[in-house]
Amino acid sequence: MPTDSTPLVVADNLTISSAAGVALVKNISFTLGRERVALVGESGSGKSLTARSLMGLLSPALHLQASTLSVAGENALTLSESRWSQLRGSRLAMVMQDPKYALNPMRTIGWQVAEPLKLHARLSRAEIKEKVCEMLDAVGLPQPAQLMQRYPHQLSGGMGQRVMLAIALIADPQFLIADEPTSALDHAMRDQVLALIRRLVEQRNMGLLLISHDLQQVSEHCERVMVMYQGNILDTLPAANLPQATHPYTRTLWSCRPSKATQGKPLPTLDRAALEAYREHD
Amino acid sequence: MTQNLTDLELAAPRRRRRPRVTSLAIGGTLVAILLLAALFAPLLAPFDPNAQIISARLLPPSSAHWLGTDGFGRDLLSRVIYGSRPTLLLVSLILLLTIPVGMLVGICAGYLGGWTERVLMRITDIFLSLPNLVIALALVAMLGPGLLNGALALALTSWPPFARQARAETLALRRSDYLAAARMQGINGLRLMFGHILPLCLPSAVVRAALSLGGIILSAAGLGFLGMGVQPPTAEWGSMVAEGSKVIFDQWWVAAAPGGAILFASLAFNLTGDGLRDRLDTRNAN
Repeated sequence: MPTDSTPLVVADNLTISSAAGVALVKNISFTLGRERVALVGESGSGKSLTARSLMGLLSPALHLQASTLSVAGENALTLSESRWSQLRGSRLAMVMQDPKYALNPMRTIGWQVAEPLKLHARLSRAEIKEKVCEMLDAVGLPQPAQLMQRYPHQLSGGMGQRVMLAIALIADPQFLIADEPTSALDHAMRDQVLALIRRLVEQRNMGLLLISHDLQQVSEHCERVMVMYQGNILDTLPAANLPQATHPYTRTLWSCRPSKATQGKPLPTLDRAALEAYREHD
Repeated sequence: MTQNLTDLELAAPRRRRRPRVTSLAIGGTLVAILLLAALFAPLLAPFDPNAQIISARLLPPSSAHWLGTDGFGRDLLSRVIYGSRPTLLLVSLILLLTIPVGMLVGICAGYLGGWTERVLMRITDIFLSLPNLVIALALVAMLGPGLLNGALALALTSWPPFARQARAETLALRRSDYLAAARMQGINGLRLMFGHILPLCLPSAVVRAALSLGGIILSAAGLGFLGMGVQPPTAEWGSMVAEGSKVIFDQWWVAAAPGGAILFASLAFNLTGDGLRDRLDTRNAN
């Protein structure tokens, strides 16, 4: 068991390449502890691939290489499939983008929330039910006892995402990966759900890796930001420093958010040639 | 935070259901009648189905014998009522054999993929290419006629459609987010196959079963007609039609009574299957 000081995830020179040999994630290194870290970047920059590799759920067609990849104190490079299954859910958990597609439509909410517990813990039926109730309550869902009998299609998107969060957290993992958990929700709900994730992660002293597009959100809810671009981690900085970012890419990302101040003016776009020049200069 | 959730859908939807005449309602009623007839045959049948009264042979329908009598003077109504028993027994035996086998093969093939899938699906294809009644006849000829052997023979050629359907659905599900999300909780292997994939494939399998029951009843009657099913003197619709066909031009009711029963049963299950398809899939609900 890693203690509080040891990092939960250590990745060193992590490279993910496709079957054709194209590197999709290039030689990235990072360490994640019990903190809230955001991974931001454009579509296709390799954020989700990186996250999936931490869960051991890369598509078999992809090839993973690293000098070190340790997850929750285990060497992820040599982990057997059955050991991975034990880790997932109990030590690591992931919340997916859209609850509409990620909850099994044929099973009740209660059954789905209880399943990780049945798998990872030895509890009696009554204890499981009680824990499920507590968990549903903790994610801010009203009337958990009735809710347990319901099916996913009877829930709204925000409730579905809360259920997903309950499923992810019920077996007390130490590390949570949230892959754009709010992109299927409307704006008001986004802040609620993110604040909830943040609160739960803090309460349980967990690590969080939040994958997001929304820099504003990230700056509010995370401590550290890693910026990915075309498979590289370009920049790592404390979230509070985002407005004063020094890296030109991060600066562009930050300044291209539409807001009241930019109304009527064209938003800055990314000068990719300048960025390439900057990276070569590095 | 909770207040904008409560008013959404948790306020239990009070739905007033008007009784509608659906195919499920009609089919279900017909199936229920069939089941009740089989269950309470001794109470419902006016005569002993096997009592032969030679003086009263081939009587047309009358107030004493509602459907007339057959060549041995047995009351046709009683025989039709008793005939529902072997038919339903055969049908349930076939279902018990085909659905589990078909689902198991299909889900394994779809989930495991690779060589397992190829081998399993080629075996399925072989069984699919066998002509239903001919193989059943061959098998019954080998094993000897009887209810159980008839069921076995018909089951042998009725499971492949279930396997193919289960495989197709599993394939579509394999890349779905539900299963990815389930894997993220550490759910794997058998638990994933039977906890998550099976319930998603089951509704369509049940519908398929109900729809194919009509055909199975016809095949079962066909076996009886050819003398390969339940042996006389037990009343069975197929063999009753066979007996009636000898006198079909002069005493049409002898064949028409069991024939009508076959039509009735087949229709009942087809309607039920149709209705179930609309109802059972929670994905289409609301």
